[in-house]
Amino acid sequence: MSQTEGYNFAYLDEQTKRMIRRAILKGVAIPGYQVPFGGREMPLPHGWGTGGMQVTASVIGADDRLKVIDQGADDTTNAVSIRRFFARTAGVETTERTVEASLIQTRHRIPETPLSNDQIIIYQVPVSEPLRFIEPRETETRKMHALREYGAMQVKLYEDVARFGHIATSYDYPVLVNDRYMMSPSPIPKFDNPKMDRMPALQLFGAGFEKRIYAVPPYTSVKSLDFDDHPFEVQQWQESCAICGSDHSFLDEVITDDNGSKIYVCSDTDYCAGRVAASEEPQQ
Amino acid sequence: MNEVQSWQDIEPLLSVRNLTKFYSPGKGCGDVSFDLYPGEVLGIVGESGSGKSTLLNSLSNRLRPDSGEILYNSEQFGELNLYAAEESERRILMRSEWGIVHQHARDGLRMNVSAGANIGERLMAVGERHYGDIRQRALQWLEAVEIEAGRIDDKPSQFSGGMQQRLQIARNLVTHPRLIFMDEPTGGLDVSVQARLLDLLRNLVANLGLSVIIVTHDLAVARLLAHRLMVMRRGEVVESGLTDQVLDDPQHPYTQLLVSSILQN
Repeated sequence: MSQTEGYNFAYLDEQTKRMIRRAILKGVAIPGYQVPFGGREMPLPHGWGTGGMQVTASVIGADDRLKVIDQGADDTTNAVSIRRFFARTAGVETTERTVEASLIQTRHRIPETPLSNDQIIIYQVPVSEPLRFIEPRETETRKMHALREYGAMQVKLYEDVARFGHIATSYDYPVLVNDRYMMSPSPIPKFDNPKMDRMPALQLFGAGFEKRIYAVPPYTSVKSLDFDDHPFEVQQWQESCAICGSDHSFLDEVITDDNGSKIYVCSDTDYCAGRVAASEEPQQ
Repeated sequence: MNEVQSWQDIEPLLSVRNLTKFYSPGKGCGDVSFDLYPGEVLGIVGESGSGKSTLLNSLSNRLRPDSGEILYNSEQFGELNLYAAEESERRILMRSEWGIVHQHARDGLRMNVSAGANIGERLMAVGERHYGDIRQRALQWLEAVEIEAGRIDDKPSQFSGGMQQRLQIARNLVTHPRLIFMDEPTGGLDVSVQARLLDLLRNLVANLGLSVIIVTHDLAVARLLAHRLMVMRRGEVVESGLTDQVLDDPQHPYTQLLVSSILQN
Protein backbone atom coordinates (compact mmCIF):
# COMPACT_ATOMS: atom_id res chain seq x y z
CA MET A 1 0.00 0.00 0.00
CA SER A 2 1.37 3.41 -0.83
CA GLN A 3 0.82 6.50 1.22
CA THR A 4 -1.47 9.40 0.34
CA GLU A 5 0.29 12.24 -1.45
CA GLY A 6 0.54 15.69 0.08
CA TYR A 7 0.88 14.42 3.63
CA ASN A 8 3.98 13.78 5.69
CA PHE A 9 4.59 10.17 6.69
CA ALA A 10 1.94 9.24 9.31
CA TYR A 11 0.14 12.60 8.97
CA LEU A 12 1.98 14.61 11.68
CA ASP A 13 4.89 16.86 10.73
CA GLU A 14 8.35 15.83 11.90
CA GLN A 15 8.71 18.65 14.46
CA THR A 16 5.49 17.58 16.17
CA LYS A 17 6.62 13.96 16.20
CA ARG A 18 9.89 14.97 17.82
CA MET A 19 8.05 16.92 20.49
CA ILE A 20 5.77 13.94 21.18
CA ARG A 21 8.72 11.54 21.25
CA ARG A 22 10.42 13.74 23.84
CA ALA A 23 7.26 13.55 25.96
CA ILE A 24 7.18 9.77 25.51
CA LEU A 25 10.82 9.44 26.55
CA LYS A 26 10.14 11.49 29.66
CA GLY A 27 7.10 9.36 30.37
CA VAL A 28 9.14 6.17 30.04
CA ALA A 29 11.80 7.62 32.33
CA ILE A 30 9.20 8.40 35.02
CA PRO A 31 6.73 5.49 34.87
CA GLY A 32 3.14 6.61 35.43
CA TYR A 33 3.91 10.33 35.44
CA GLN A 34 1.67 12.41 33.18
CA VAL A 35 3.78 14.47 30.78
CA PRO A 36 2.04 17.46 29.18
CA PHE A 37 2.50 17.81 25.43
CA GLY A 38 1.34 20.20 22.74
CA GLY A 39 -1.57 18.20 21.38
CA ARG A 40 -2.32 18.79 17.69
CA GLU A 41 -5.60 18.87 15.85
CA MET A 42 -6.29 15.53 14.24
CA PRO A 43 -8.78 15.00 11.43
CA LEU A 44 -11.34 13.49 13.80
CA PRO A 45 -12.93 14.76 17.03
CA HIS A 46 -11.41 14.64 20.48
CA GLY A 47 -12.67 11.58 22.31
CA TRP A 48 -12.23 9.41 19.23
CA GLY A 49 -8.69 8.46 20.06
CA THR A 50 -6.73 11.54 19.00
CA GLY A 51 -4.29 11.14 21.90
CA GLY A 52 -3.52 7.53 21.00
CA MET A 53 -3.26 8.44 17.31
CA GLN A 54 -0.71 11.15 17.95
CA VAL A 55 1.42 8.71 19.95
CA THR A 56 1.05 6.08 17.23
CA ALA A 57 1.94 8.58 14.51
CA SER A 58 5.10 9.52 16.43
CA VAL A 59 6.41 6.00 17.01
CA ILE A 60 5.29 4.24 13.83
CA GLY A 61 7.88 3.39 11.18
CA ALA A 62 7.57 2.13 7.62
CA ASP A 63 8.39 -1.44 8.78
CA ASP A 64 5.75 -1.55 11.49
CA ARG A 65 2.63 -3.63 11.33
CA LEU A 66 -0.34 -1.96 13.01
CA LYS A 67 -3.32 -3.48 14.78
CA VAL A 68 -6.13 -1.27 16.08
CA ILE A 69 -8.83 -2.52 18.44
CA ASP A 70 -11.89 -0.91 19.92
CA GLN A 71 -13.44 -2.78 22.86
CA GLY A 72 -11.35 -5.75 21.81
CA ALA A 73 -12.78 -5.86 18.31
CA ASP A 74 -10.92 -5.16 15.06
CA ASP A 75 -14.07 -4.47 13.08
CA THR A 76 -15.79 -1.61 14.94
CA THR A 77 -15.99 1.94 13.62
CA ASN A 78 -13.21 3.45 15.69
CA ALA A 79 -10.82 0.60 14.97
CA VAL A 80 -11.57 0.49 11.24
CA SER A 81 -11.23 4.24 10.71
CA ILE A 82 -7.98 4.59 12.67
CA ARG A 83 -6.46 1.55 10.97
CA ARG A 84 -7.38 2.92 7.55
CA PHE A 85 -6.04 6.35 8.52
CA PHE A 86 -2.56 4.96 9.13
CA ALA A 87 -2.74 2.64 6.14
CA ARG A 88 -3.34 5.72 3.99
CA THR A 89 -1.07 8.29 5.59
CA ALA A 90 1.86 6.02 6.49
CA GLY A 91 1.36 3.22 4.00
CA VAL A 92 2.16 0.66 6.71
CA GLU A 93 0.90 -2.89 6.78
CA THR A 94 -2.02 -3.57 9.07
CA THR A 95 -3.13 -6.74 10.71
CA GLU A 96 -5.90 -8.07 12.88
CA ARG A 97 -3.67 -10.70 14.47
CA THR A 98 -2.18 -9.80 17.83
CA VAL A 99 0.95 -11.90 17.39
CA GLU A 100 1.76 -10.33 14.01
CA ALA A 101 1.44 -6.71 15.15
CA SER A 102 4.41 -4.62 16.21
CA LEU A 103 2.17 -1.71 17.25
CA ILE A 104 -1.26 -2.07 18.80
CA GLN A 105 -3.47 0.94 19.37
CA THR A 106 -6.30 0.10 21.70
CA ARG A 107 -9.47 1.56 23.10
CA HIS A 108 -10.74 -0.15 26.27
CA ARG A 109 -9.02 -3.56 26.08
CA ILE A 110 -5.70 -5.36 26.27
CA PRO A 111 -5.56 -8.37 23.89
CA GLU A 112 -6.01 -11.77 25.54
CA THR A 113 -2.90 -13.11 23.79
CA PRO A 114 0.09 -12.13 25.96
CA LEU A 115 2.21 -9.39 24.39
CA SER A 116 5.94 -9.74 23.81
CA ASN A 117 8.91 -7.49 24.40
CA ASP A 118 9.11 -6.38 20.74
CA GLN A 119 5.57 -4.98 20.74
CA ILE A 120 4.24 -1.59 21.80
CA ILE A 121 0.67 -1.10 23.01
CA ILE A 122 -0.82 2.39 22.81
CA TYR A 123 -3.89 3.24 24.86
CA GLN A 124 -6.44 5.94 24.06
CA VAL A 125 -7.15 7.82 27.30
CA PRO A 126 -10.18 10.04 27.91
CA VAL A 127 -9.39 11.28 31.45
CA SER A 128 -5.74 10.98 32.35
CA GLU A 129 -5.97 12.17 35.97
CA PRO A 130 -7.00 9.36 38.35
CA LEU A 131 -7.40 11.83 41.24
CA ARG A 132 -9.88 14.01 39.36
CA PHE A 133 -12.81 12.21 40.96
CA ILE A 134 -11.83 13.43 44.40
CA GLU A 135 -10.01 16.67 43.56
CA PRO A 136 -11.14 19.01 40.79
CA ARG A 137 -8.14 21.40 41.05
CA GLU A 138 -5.22 20.63 38.72
CA THR A 139 -2.73 22.48 40.95
CA GLU A 140 -3.79 20.32 43.88
CA THR A 141 -3.68 17.00 42.00
CA ARG A 142 -0.17 17.78 40.76
CA LYS A 143 0.90 18.47 44.32
CA MET A 144 -0.71 15.25 45.49
CA HIS A 145 1.27 13.32 42.87
CA ALA A 146 4.47 15.15 43.74
CA LEU A 147 4.11 14.38 47.45
CA ARG A 148 2.67 10.91 46.85
CA GLU A 149 -0.51 11.75 48.79
CA TYR A 150 -2.75 8.98 47.53
CA GLY A 151 -4.90 8.29 50.60
CA ALA A 152 -7.80 10.19 49.07
CA MET A 153 -7.88 7.72 46.19
CA GLN A 154 -9.08 5.06 48.62
CA VAL A 155 -12.21 7.17 49.18
CA LYS A 156 -13.46 6.04 45.79
CA LEU A 157 -13.08 2.40 46.80
CA TYR A 158 -14.61 3.10 50.22
CA GLU A 159 -17.71 4.51 48.55
CA ASP A 160 -18.01 1.37 46.44
CA VAL A 161 -17.81 -0.99 49.38
CA ALA A 162 -20.19 1.13 51.47
CA ARG A 163 -22.77 1.17 48.71
CA PHE A 164 -22.43 -2.24 47.06
CA GLY A 165 -20.62 -4.37 49.63
CA HIS A 166 -17.67 -4.92 47.30
CA ILE A 167 -15.38 -2.82 45.12
CA ALA A 168 -17.76 -2.18 42.25
CA THR A 169 -15.41 -0.11 40.09
CA SER A 170 -15.09 -2.36 37.07
CA TYR A 171 -13.17 -0.28 34.56
CA ASP A 172 -10.56 2.52 34.73
CA TYR A 173 -9.52 0.89 37.99
CA PRO A 174 -6.73 2.99 39.59
CA VAL A 175 -3.24 1.48 39.73
CA LEU A 176 0.05 2.38 41.39
CA VAL A 177 2.95 2.21 38.93
CA ASN A 178 6.43 1.23 40.08
CA ASP A 179 5.31 1.90 43.70
CA ARG A 180 5.33 5.61 42.97
CA TYR A 181 2.74 7.19 40.68
CA MET A 182 -1.02 6.70 40.80
CA MET A 183 -2.19 6.14 37.24
CA SER A 184 -5.41 5.75 35.32
CA PRO A 185 -5.08 2.61 33.18
CA SER A 186 -7.58 4.19 30.73
CA PRO A 187 -11.07 2.66 30.69
CA ILE A 188 -9.95 -0.94 30.29
CA PRO A 189 -11.94 -3.42 32.38
CA LYS A 190 -10.23 -4.29 35.64
CA PHE A 191 -10.08 -7.81 34.16
CA ASP A 192 -7.11 -6.48 32.17
CA ASN A 193 -5.31 -4.79 35.08
CA PRO A 194 -3.24 -7.87 36.02
CA LYS A 195 -1.95 -8.02 32.42
CA MET A 196 -0.32 -4.61 32.87
CA ASP A 197 1.81 -5.81 35.75
CA ARG A 198 5.33 -6.62 34.52
CA MET A 199 4.10 -6.72 30.91
CA PRO A 200 6.98 -7.41 28.50
CA ALA A 201 5.64 -4.87 25.98
CA LEU A 202 6.09 -1.10 26.25
CA GLN A 203 2.81 0.57 27.24
CA LEU A 204 2.15 4.13 26.05
CA PHE A 205 -0.88 6.25 26.93
CA GLY A 206 -2.12 9.28 25.00
CA ALA A 207 -4.87 11.63 26.18
CA GLY A 208 -5.93 13.97 23.38
CA PHE A 209 -8.42 16.04 25.36
CA GLU A 210 -6.12 16.66 28.29
CA LYS A 211 -2.90 16.71 26.23
CA ARG A 212 -1.05 14.25 28.45
CA ILE A 213 1.23 11.33 27.65
CA TYR A 214 2.34 8.71 30.12
CA ALA A 215 4.02 5.35 29.92
CA VAL A 216 4.79 2.08 31.65
CA PRO A 217 8.14 0.61 30.55
CA PRO A 218 8.44 -3.17 30.03
CA TYR A 219 8.51 -5.33 33.19
CA THR A 220 7.34 -2.53 35.50
CA SER A 221 5.18 -3.31 38.51
CA VAL A 222 1.56 -2.14 38.23
CA LYS A 223 -0.52 -2.66 41.36
CA SER A 224 -4.28 -2.26 41.59
CA LEU A 225 -5.51 -0.45 44.70
CA ASP A 226 -7.56 -2.31 47.27
CA PHE A 227 -8.38 -2.69 50.96
CA ASP A 228 -6.78 -5.29 53.23
CA ASP A 229 -10.18 -6.85 53.87
CA HIS A 230 -11.50 -6.31 50.31
CA PRO A 231 -8.67 -7.44 48.03
CA PHE A 232 -8.57 -6.67 44.30
CA GLU A 233 -10.54 -9.15 42.20
CA VAL A 234 -11.31 -9.42 38.49
CA GLN A 235 -14.66 -10.10 36.85
CA GLN A 236 -15.79 -13.69 36.43
CA TRP A 237 -18.52 -15.21 34.30
CA GLN A 238 -20.75 -18.25 34.81
CA GLU A 239 -21.04 -18.58 31.04
CA SER A 240 -18.42 -19.30 28.39
CA CYS A 241 -18.05 -17.82 24.90
CA ALA A 242 -20.88 -18.91 22.56
CA ILE A 243 -18.51 -18.95 19.58
CA CYS A 244 -15.23 -20.42 20.79
CA GLY A 245 -16.23 -21.83 24.16
CA SER A 246 -13.57 -19.90 26.07
CA ASP A 247 -14.14 -19.86 29.84
CA HIS A 248 -11.24 -17.58 30.75
CA SER A 249 -11.48 -14.53 28.45
CA PHE A 250 -13.38 -11.25 28.86
CA LEU A 251 -16.95 -11.77 27.64
CA ASP A 252 -19.41 -9.30 26.13
CA GLU A 253 -23.13 -9.78 26.65
CA VAL A 254 -24.97 -9.64 23.32
CA ILE A 255 -28.75 -9.32 23.10
CA THR A 256 -29.99 -11.50 20.23
CA ASP A 257 -33.72 -10.73 19.96
CA ASP A 258 -36.54 -8.61 21.40
CA ASN A 259 -37.37 -11.21 24.06
CA GLY A 260 -34.19 -10.63 26.02
CA SER A 261 -32.35 -13.69 24.77
CA LYS A 262 -28.64 -13.19 25.04
CA ILE A 263 -25.34 -14.86 24.38
CA TYR A 264 -21.88 -14.20 25.71
CA VAL A 265 -19.00 -13.84 23.29
CA CYS A 266 -15.31 -12.99 23.60
CA SER A 267 -14.68 -9.25 23.37
CA ASP A 268 -11.29 -9.97 21.76
CA THR A 269 -12.35 -10.97 18.22
CA ASP A 270 -8.85 -12.03 17.12
CA TYR A 271 -8.47 -14.32 20.13
CA CYS A 272 -11.91 -15.83 19.54
CA ALA A 273 -11.30 -16.41 15.82
CA GLY A 274 -7.90 -17.92 16.60
CA ARG A 275 -9.44 -20.42 19.00
CA VAL A 276 -12.14 -21.39 16.49
CA ALA A 277 -9.52 -21.91 13.75
CA ALA A 278 -7.34 -24.01 16.05
CA SER A 279 -10.24 -26.28 17.00
CA GLU A 280 -11.27 -26.77 13.35
CA GLU A 281 -7.82 -27.54 11.98
CA PRO A 282 -7.47 -31.15 13.20
CA GLN A 283 -10.78 -32.11 11.60
CA GLN A 284 -9.82 -30.89 8.14
CA MET B 1 3.19 12.63 96.57
CA ASN B 2 3.02 13.63 92.95
CA GLU B 3 4.62 16.88 92.13
CA VAL B 4 2.10 19.17 90.55
CA GLN B 5 3.36 20.44 87.23
CA SER B 6 2.61 24.09 86.78
CA TRP B 7 1.82 25.39 83.31
CA GLN B 8 5.03 27.36 83.19
CA ASP B 9 6.97 24.08 83.04
CA ILE B 10 5.09 22.87 79.97
CA GLU B 11 6.38 23.74 76.52
CA PRO B 12 3.94 25.78 74.47
CA LEU B 13 2.33 23.86 71.61
CA LEU B 14 2.38 26.85 69.30
CA SER B 15 4.48 29.99 69.57
CA VAL B 16 3.70 32.90 67.32
CA ARG B 17 6.25 35.72 67.01
CA ASN B 18 5.55 39.04 65.25
CA LEU B 19 3.29 37.49 62.65
CA THR B 20 2.42 40.02 59.95
CA LYS B 21 0.35 39.73 56.80
CA PHE B 22 -0.96 42.83 55.06
CA TYR B 23 -2.77 42.89 51.75
CA SER B 24 -2.53 46.70 51.76
CA PRO B 25 -1.93 49.13 54.63
CA GLY B 26 -4.54 48.51 57.31
CA LYS B 27 -5.88 45.39 55.58
CA GLY B 28 -4.66 42.19 57.20
CA CYS B 29 -3.06 41.61 60.56
CA GLY B 30 0.18 42.90 62.02
CA ASP B 31 2.73 42.06 64.68
CA VAL B 32 0.80 39.32 66.45
CA SER B 33 2.63 37.31 69.11
CA PHE B 34 1.29 34.73 71.53
CA ASP B 35 1.87 31.27 72.98
CA LEU B 36 -0.71 28.52 72.97
CA TYR B 37 -0.35 25.74 75.55
CA PRO B 38 -1.61 22.17 75.27
CA GLY B 39 -5.28 21.91 76.18
CA GLU B 40 -5.84 25.63 75.90
CA VAL B 41 -8.64 27.31 73.97
CA LEU B 42 -7.77 30.70 72.54
CA GLY B 43 -10.55 32.93 71.23
CA ILE B 44 -9.93 35.63 68.64
CA VAL B 45 -12.70 38.22 68.57
CA GLY B 46 -13.21 41.44 66.69
CA GLU B 47 -15.44 43.08 64.11
CA SER B 48 -15.61 42.11 60.45
CA GLY B 49 -12.47 43.13 58.59
CA SER B 50 -10.34 43.29 61.70
CA GLY B 51 -7.95 40.62 60.42
CA LYS B 52 -9.22 37.63 62.41
CA SER B 53 -9.54 35.30 59.46
CA THR B 54 -6.27 36.46 57.92
CA LEU B 55 -4.57 35.63 61.20
CA LEU B 56 -6.25 32.22 61.37
CA ASN B 57 -5.33 31.40 57.78
CA SER B 58 -1.72 32.37 58.40
CA LEU B 59 -1.59 30.28 61.55
CA SER B 60 -3.10 27.24 59.87
CA ASN B 61 -0.72 26.99 56.92
CA ARG B 62 -3.08 28.38 54.34
CA LEU B 63 -1.64 31.87 53.86
CA ARG B 64 2.08 32.61 53.93
CA PRO B 65 2.71 35.63 56.20
CA ASP B 66 4.86 38.59 55.11
CA SER B 67 7.06 38.23 58.19
CA GLY B 68 7.16 36.61 61.59
CA GLU B 69 7.50 33.04 62.79
CA ILE B 70 5.21 30.25 63.82
CA LEU B 71 6.88 27.55 65.90
CA TYR B 72 4.93 24.36 66.37
CA ASN B 73 5.92 21.57 68.72
CA SER B 74 5.14 18.55 66.58
CA GLU B 75 4.80 14.97 67.77
CA GLN B 76 6.24 13.63 64.51
CA PHE B 77 8.79 16.27 63.51
CA GLY B 78 9.74 17.92 66.82
CA GLU B 79 10.05 21.71 66.91
CA LEU B 80 8.92 22.99 63.53
CA ASN B 81 9.24 26.49 62.10
CA LEU B 82 6.08 26.30 60.09
CA TYR B 83 6.70 28.30 56.94
CA ALA B 84 10.39 27.36 56.82
CA ALA B 85 9.57 23.63 56.92
CA GLU B 86 9.14 21.30 53.96
CA GLU B 87 5.73 21.55 52.34
CA SER B 88 5.35 17.78 52.59
CA GLU B 89 5.77 18.00 56.38
CA ARG B 90 3.28 20.82 56.63
CA ARG B 91 0.74 18.89 54.61
CA ILE B 92 1.22 15.83 56.79
CA LEU B 93 0.56 18.03 59.82
CA MET B 94 -2.61 19.35 58.23
CA ARG B 95 -4.10 15.89 57.96
CA SER B 96 -2.79 14.31 61.15
CA GLU B 97 -1.99 16.61 64.06
CA TRP B 98 -4.13 19.55 62.95
CA GLY B 99 -7.75 20.07 62.11
CA ILE B 100 -9.57 22.94 60.48
CA VAL B 101 -13.27 23.56 60.98
CA HIS B 102 -14.54 25.97 58.38
CA GLN B 103 -17.40 28.41 58.80
CA HIS B 104 -19.17 26.93 55.80
CA ALA B 105 -19.28 23.17 56.10
CA ARG B 106 -19.08 22.74 52.34
CA ASP B 107 -15.58 24.23 52.38
CA GLY B 108 -14.43 21.52 54.75
CA LEU B 109 -16.43 18.54 53.54
CA ARG B 110 -16.44 16.56 50.32
CA MET B 111 -20.05 17.02 49.34
CA ASN B 112 -20.12 14.31 46.67
CA VAL B 113 -19.11 11.39 48.88
CA SER B 114 -20.89 9.84 51.86
CA ALA B 115 -20.56 10.91 55.49
CA GLY B 116 -18.60 7.74 56.25
CA ALA B 117 -16.11 8.48 53.47
CA ASN B 118 -15.76 12.04 54.74
CA ILE B 119 -14.75 10.78 58.16
CA GLY B 120 -12.66 7.94 56.74
CA GLU B 121 -10.69 10.09 54.31
CA ARG B 122 -8.20 11.33 56.88
CA LEU B 123 -7.68 7.79 58.17
CA MET B 124 -6.97 6.59 54.64
CA ALA B 125 -4.70 9.60 54.12
CA VAL B 126 -2.53 8.52 57.05
CA GLY B 127 -2.29 4.97 55.72
CA GLU B 128 -5.31 3.04 57.05
CA ARG B 129 -6.21 0.34 54.49
CA HIS B 130 -8.69 -1.88 56.32
CA TYR B 131 -12.28 -1.13 55.29
CA GLY B 132 -13.88 -2.72 58.36
CA ASP B 133 -11.73 -0.66 60.74
CA ILE B 134 -12.37 2.56 58.85
CA ARG B 135 -16.11 1.90 58.90
CA GLN B 136 -16.03 1.16 62.63
CA ARG B 137 -14.16 4.35 63.43
CA ALA B 138 -16.54 6.37 61.28
CA LEU B 139 -19.51 4.95 63.19
CA GLN B 140 -17.89 5.76 66.52
CA TRP B 141 -17.31 9.34 65.49
CA LEU B 142 -20.81 9.79 64.11
CA GLU B 143 -22.08 8.73 67.51
CA ALA B 144 -19.66 11.08 69.25
CA VAL B 145 -21.05 14.04 67.31
CA GLU B 146 -24.65 12.89 67.78
CA ILE B 147 -25.43 11.87 64.20
CA GLU B 148 -27.49 8.69 63.80
CA ALA B 149 -25.44 5.69 62.66
CA GLY B 150 -28.03 5.04 59.94
CA ARG B 151 -26.97 8.20 58.13
CA ILE B 152 -23.42 6.96 57.50
CA ASP B 153 -24.00 6.33 53.80
CA ASP B 154 -25.91 9.57 53.18
CA LYS B 155 -24.19 12.45 51.46
CA PRO B 156 -23.54 15.63 53.45
CA SER B 157 -25.77 17.54 51.04
CA GLN B 158 -28.71 15.65 52.55
CA PHE B 159 -27.76 16.85 56.05
CA SER B 160 -29.01 19.95 57.85
CA GLY B 161 -26.59 22.81 58.45
CA GLY B 162 -25.99 21.81 62.06
CA MET B 163 -25.37 18.18 61.10
CA GLN B 164 -22.94 19.22 58.38
CA GLN B 165 -21.03 21.24 60.93
CA ARG B 166 -20.91 18.30 63.34
CA LEU B 167 -19.81 15.99 60.54
CA GLN B 168 -17.03 18.42 59.74
CA ILE B 169 -15.90 18.25 63.35
CA ALA B 170 -15.97 14.44 63.33
CA ARG B 171 -13.98 14.39 60.08
CA ASN B 172 -11.28 16.50 61.72
CA LEU B 173 -11.14 14.69 65.03
CA VAL B 174 -10.89 11.15 63.70
CA THR B 175 -7.07 11.23 63.51
CA HIS B 176 -6.86 12.60 67.08
CA PRO B 177 -5.35 15.94 66.22
CA ARG B 178 -3.75 18.07 68.93
CA LEU B 179 -4.62 21.47 67.51
CA ILE B 180 -7.87 22.59 65.92
CA PHE B 181 -8.50 25.84 64.08
CA MET B 182 -12.11 26.98 63.96
CA ASP B 183 -13.47 29.83 61.89
CA GLU B 184 -16.89 30.91 63.14
CA PRO B 185 -18.03 27.31 63.71
CA THR B 186 -21.50 28.42 64.77
CA GLY B 187 -22.02 31.07 62.10
CA GLY B 188 -25.22 30.66 60.12
CA LEU B 189 -26.84 28.26 62.57
CA ASP B 190 -29.98 29.05 64.53
CA VAL B 191 -29.72 29.64 68.26
CA SER B 192 -30.83 26.23 69.54
CA VAL B 193 -28.57 24.39 67.08
CA GLN B 194 -25.74 26.72 68.05
CA ALA B 195 -26.24 25.87 71.72
CA ARG B 196 -26.12 22.15 71.01
CA LEU B 197 -23.02 22.47 68.87
CA LEU B 198 -21.27 24.58 71.50
CA ASP B 199 -22.13 22.05 74.17
CA LEU B 200 -20.71 19.27 72.01
CA LEU B 201 -17.57 21.23 71.24
CA ARG B 202 -16.99 22.05 74.88
CA ASN B 203 -17.26 18.40 75.88
CA LEU B 204 -14.99 17.19 73.07
CA VAL B 205 -12.37 19.82 73.83
CA ALA B 206 -12.36 18.93 77.52
CA ASN B 207 -12.40 15.15 77.02
CA LEU B 208 -9.74 15.02 74.32
CA GLY B 209 -7.50 17.71 75.78
CA LEU B 210 -7.52 19.59 72.47
CA SER B 211 -5.86 22.92 71.90
CA VAL B 212 -8.13 25.19 69.92
CA ILE B 213 -7.84 28.54 68.23
CA ILE B 214 -11.32 29.79 67.53
CA VAL B 215 -12.26 32.88 65.56
CA THR B 216 -15.65 34.36 66.29
CA HIS B 217 -17.45 37.66 66.36
CA ASP B 218 -19.93 36.24 68.88
CA LEU B 219 -18.76 37.10 72.38
CA ALA B 220 -21.17 34.58 73.90
CA VAL B 221 -19.41 31.79 71.97
CA ALA B 222 -16.07 33.12 73.09
CA ARG B 223 -17.14 33.24 76.73
CA LEU B 224 -18.45 29.70 76.63
CA LEU B 225 -15.48 28.06 74.90
CA ALA B 226 -12.36 30.18 75.22
CA HIS B 227 -9.95 30.22 78.15
CA ARG B 228 -8.12 33.22 76.78
CA LEU B 229 -9.18 35.98 74.42
CA MET B 230 -7.45 38.21 71.92
CA VAL B 231 -9.39 41.24 70.75
CA MET B 232 -8.50 42.49 67.28
CA ARG B 233 -9.21 45.76 65.57
CA ARG B 234 -7.86 47.07 62.28
CA GLY B 235 -5.34 44.27 62.01
CA GLU B 236 -3.90 44.65 65.49
CA VAL B 237 -4.39 42.90 68.78
CA VAL B 238 -5.68 45.64 71.08
CA GLU B 239 -6.23 43.56 74.18
CA SER B 240 -5.63 40.03 75.36
CA GLY B 241 -6.05 38.11 78.59
CA LEU B 242 -8.22 35.58 80.36
CA THR B 243 -11.69 35.48 78.86
CA ASP B 244 -13.57 36.47 82.00
CA GLN B 245 -11.11 39.22 82.70
CA VAL B 246 -11.38 40.70 79.23
CA LEU B 247 -15.14 40.48 79.06
CA ASP B 248 -15.90 41.58 82.63
CA ASP B 249 -13.27 44.27 82.95
CA PRO B 250 -12.37 45.48 79.47
CA GLN B 251 -9.49 47.98 79.41
CA HIS B 252 -9.28 49.13 75.81
CA PRO B 253 -12.01 51.49 74.62
CA TYR B 254 -12.77 49.24 71.65
CA THR B 255 -13.20 46.19 73.87
CA GLN B 256 -15.46 48.23 76.13
CA LEU B 257 -17.54 49.16 73.10
CA LEU B 258 -17.67 45.55 71.96
CA VAL B 259 -18.76 44.26 75.37
CA SER B 260 -21.32 47.00 75.88
CA SER B 261 -22.85 46.36 72.47
CA ILE B 262 -24.11 42.94 73.53
CA LEU B 263 -27.83 42.90 74.31
CA GLN B 264 -28.31 42.59 78.05
CA ASN B 265 -31.32 40.75 79.37
